[in-house]
Parts: sequence; structure tokens; C-alpha cells
Amino acid sequence: MTGTAAPLFAGTSLNSRDRKVEWLVRVLLGLMTALLILPVVIIMALLVVEGGPVISWEFLTTRPVDGMTAGGILPALVGTVWLVVVALIASVPVGVAAAVYLSEYAPDNWLTRAINLAIINLAGVPSIVHALFGVGAFVLFFRFGTSILAASLTLAVMTLPVVIVSTRESLQAVPRAFREACWNMGATRWQTIRRIVLPNALSGILTGIILEVSRTSGETAPIMFTGAAFFLPFLPQGVLDQTMAMSLHLFVIATQVPDAPEALPFGVALVLISMVLAMNALSIAFRVYVRGRKKW
Amino acid sequence: MVAGAAPDGGGASADALSAKVVVQNLTIRYGKHVALRGLDLSIRRNEILGIIGPAGSGKTSFLRALNRMDEFIPGMEVEGRITFDGRDIRRVRNVYALRSRIGVVFPLPVGLPLTVYENVALAPRLRGVRKGSELDEIVERCLRRAALWEEVKDRLDSLGSLLSGGQQQRLTIARALSQEPDLLLLDEFSIAVDPVTTMRIEDVLKDLKNEMSIVLVTNLVQQARRLADRTAFFLTGEHVETSGTARIFSGIVKDPRTHDYIEGRFG
Ligand SMILES: Nc1ncnc2c1ncn2[C@@H]1O[C@H](COP(=O)(O)OP(=O)(O)OP(=O)(O)O)[C@@H](O)[C@H]1O
Ligand SMILES: [Mg+2]
Repeated sequence: MTGTAAPLFAGTSLNSRDRKVEWLVRVLLGLMTALLILPVVIIMALLVVEGGPVISWEFLTTRPVDGMTAGGILPALVGTVWLVVVALIASVPVGVAAAVYLSEYAPDNWLTRAINLAIINLAGVPSIVHALFGVGAFVLFFRFGTSILAASLTLAVMTLPVVIVSTRESLQAVPRAFREACWNMGATRWQTIRRIVLPNALSGILTGIILEVSRTSGETAPIMFTGAAFFLPFLPQGVLDQTMAMSLHLFVIATQVPDAPEALPFGVALVLISMVLAMNALSIAFRVYVRGRKKW
Repeated sequence: MVAGAAPDGGGASADALSAKVVVQNLTIRYGKHVALRGLDLSIRRNEILGIIGPAGSGKTSFLRALNRMDEFIPGMEVEGRITFDGRDIRRVRNVYALRSRIGVVFPLPVGLPLTVYENVALAPRLRGVRKGSELDEIVERCLRRAALWEEVKDRLDSLGSLLSGGQQQRLTIARALSQEPDLLLLDEFSIAVDPVTTMRIEDVLKDLKNEMSIVLVTNLVQQARRLADRTAFFLTGEHVETSGTARIFSGIVKDPRTHDYIEGRFG
């Protein structure tokens, strides 16, 4: 038996070459991946080493003092939370509703395709352009002034395409056969969406939203002219107040405050990136949890 | 468009009055491709109508038209007239009510991403059944009829899509029955089901006939012979003939091609 099996699997010259190529490709792709990870690792290491010593409970819970060369970052931290939450309140309902419409109701015609294309293109518009739009639309036209509301709406408009695209993709990932089976039973579109499509797309939709959060919290340009302030000694009390924000604060102390201690920007950056990473970790954890209960 | 009652292959002119479904001059196209041409046929009350024919002859397309599925199948166009209980289905405003009276089972089982219980309780819920005990009763009855109850009664809360292929197919049948349909469309329901279970389901179908009309599309000529009261033969979009099953299988055919197909001498 073994005697006949050995020649059966002995490589011909051709497939030994294939195997070499296979090995080469694998090594090359692996190297590229390592190259990709390297900057991330270096940045994180730098931030932790340089900024770590700055971080303390006090740093997170007090206001900047002495021309922002000392003290904490509380107003910026709180401001970023305000900006993100208001942006989400504005963008999530609109984005999810639009995605449901585009995925479940819109007929497949040139108009729908044009809209889809427009949304994808909108996602590629530079954020400074959104900033100018925000100034024109929200600050001036709607007279919100430079405020959390204007800044958040600008952020919302900017991230809307991302929410729509990611939501639409998670809806599309639910097999069409499920929908057809439901329609065949006499279920309406909405009954089908509510009972079958949305529950199964939820994890993807939430993942998209969490990624939006992490992107929103890091943006600087769109809030710079619309609602984020250079320095404010107090916390915002409502959506029509201006606010400090982590991203802008980082930019300011790194470039505009020459006598700030060198470690300070690193500390702010570390807090900001930790926020973003925590959000991403949450989204990954959620995904893993839901995939464990995947229904098909 | 042909006016008046269509001549039915079965030959009964009283069909126009007593039939559940009357199909007149039905043509189905997918783009330029004609899948079914000028079909005249009726489905009587409390009968099993078998439909046989080689691959691509338009059997599935016919079932789709009965349920107005063309509305969500891109490119599918339906012409002609179909009446359901005397009402033109094209003119039915509430297509949801129409579809809820028609149960469909397609060859590939679709277990919805719900529990076994919820798969079967969905249709009753959609039509407004709320009471737990009533739902329990419907679920058990439908699962029993689909010959699935014994296998799943202890795992009603596990996911329907985790059942085996054959079990999912029976779940699909149970789901169709849970609609309490007047018309049941079965498209090659047994290809994923083992022979013993198939026989059990066939027995159930014979019973169900007392409550509804059944259209049974099958590639197994012998299955049509066992179950169908009348049998229709489709061939590449053409409705060759419809006759009493006993007649067809005893060789009394109007078209020699029917005989050839049944005898397996074809192509
Ligand atoms: N969605 C579709 N788009 C385009 N053409 C289709 C579509 N569905 C069916 N057809 C074509 O219509 C014709 C009839 O198909 P149909 O599915 O009704 O055949 P069938 O009799 O059910 O065959 P089978 O026994 O293989 O299931 C075939 O030529 C098929 O290629
Ligand atoms: Mg078919």
C-alpha cells in the first residue's frame, strides 16, 4: 500500500516550481504586512514612552493653566464627547434610514446608481472642504454661530457617507433568499426588514457607527472654524456653546504654544489615540460576540 | 388575449366556474427569452396538479407567476390573465393578502435566521396571532404535518438554519403550512429529503388535498403518478397537455411527446 502511495504524491518538476512560487508569494505578502504594522507600532511606542509620564487622573480631570503649558485637558475631553455625541444623534438616524431605503426600497435604476456613486464620492471629499461648507451652511446660513451644533453637524455631514455605505453593506450581506422567502409568505417590505433584515445586519451597522465615532473624534479641520475654540476656561453648557476639543487642542499645543513642555502633546495624543483604539476594540469585541451567534 | 373560458387540457368546461385558479394565455419572459408561451391551465379545488417536464421547461416560472413573484425578480415579465377565486391577481391591490394565501416551497430550503419555533410562528404572527398557546398549537400542528415534529420538538429554540438540509426543507414546508394557505405550490420539494421522509410527506399531501389545492412540480415522474390527480406536461415553454394522471400513465395521451417523456425516451 505505502509502496504505491509514495510515487503517487512525488512532485513533478512543474509543481515543485509552483511550490517555490507559493513560498515566495507568502513571504513577500507577509513582509508587506509587517511593513504596514511597523509605523503603527513605532507611533504607539513613542506615544507611550514620551507621553505616558504626563498622564494622571489629575491630567484627565483638570483644566489647562498657565497659557496651556500646564494643567489638564478636561475641557477638551468633554468637548470631544459633546461633539461626537451630537454628531451621532444627527447622522445615525439619517444615515441608517437612507441606507435602508437605498438597499431595500430603491428600484435598481440609473438614479439609484447615480446616488450611490455620489455617496461614495462624497466620502472622498477632503475634510477642509466640509469645514468650509459647515461655515457657510451652519455657522452663517442657519445662524448657529460657531458652536457645538454647527461643528457637530459639519462632522455629521462628513461622516454620513461612511455610515450609509457601511450600513448598506451590512444590509446587503443578509442573503436575498431570506427576503424572498418572507415576501412569498405575504410579508411587506417593512415587516421583512424589521423581523429578518435589520436584526441580522445590526452588528455590521453598529460596527460602522463605532468606526464613525473613532473617525469623528480625531477630525480637526471641520471643527476648527465651526465650533472648536483655541482655549476656553469652562466646560460647554449646551449645544450653542463653543468648546475645546482634543484634536484641536493637540494641534494648538504642538504648534502654537512654544513654551509647552515637550511631553505635553504626546500625552494629549496618547489620550486621543486611546479613545479611538478603545472604540475600535469595542467594535471588534462586539463583532466577535455577534459572529459567535451568526444565524446562517 | 383570449376571451372567455380557456380550453383546459383536462377537458372540463365547468372548470371556469369551479376552479381555484384559472390561467389564460400566460406568457412569461426574462428579457427576450420566453420561458413559457401561451399557457392555458386551471387548478381545481382540492386537487393535486402535477407538473412534469425537463429542465428549463418553465415549471418554476409558472409557480412564480402565480405568487406575483415577478415583482421582485429583475427582468421577469408576465403577460396574460390569472384568476384566483375568480379575481384577476394583477388587479389585486393587497398583494400581501394574496401571497399569504399561497404557500410556496422551493427546491433549495431556506431556513430563516430565526429559531425553529419562530420560523413556523412568523406567518401566524404576521397575520396577527398573538396568543402564545395558539401559536404553540399552530407550530406543533404544522411541524407534525411536515413530518419534522419528532426530530425538533426538543430544540424548538435552536436556529432553523442549523438544521440539516432535509430538515430545513421540511421546516420550509411547515412554514408554508403555517400560512394556512388555500393553494400550496411545491417545487421539487423532495430533492433534499430522504426517501422515507419523502413518503411520509407524500402521505400528508394526500390528506392536505382536502383543505387546499396543491401544485406539485416534480422531476420524478413516478411522484406525479403517485400523487397527482391530473398531470400537466411542459416542454421548453410549451404546455403540451394536461390530463388525468391515470390516463396519461396508461398511455392515453394526446401528444406522443408526453408518452416519450414519461417512458424516459427523450432528447
Ligand atoms: N431569473 C431568471 N432570469 C433569466 N432567465 C431565467 C430566470 N429564471 C428562469 N429563466 C429561464 O427560463 C426558462 C425556464 O426556467 P424555469 O426555472 O421555469 O424552468 P424549470 O422548468 O423550473 O426547470 P428545472 O426543472 O430545471 O427547475 C429557462 O430557460 C431559464 O433559463
Ligand atoms: Mg425549476
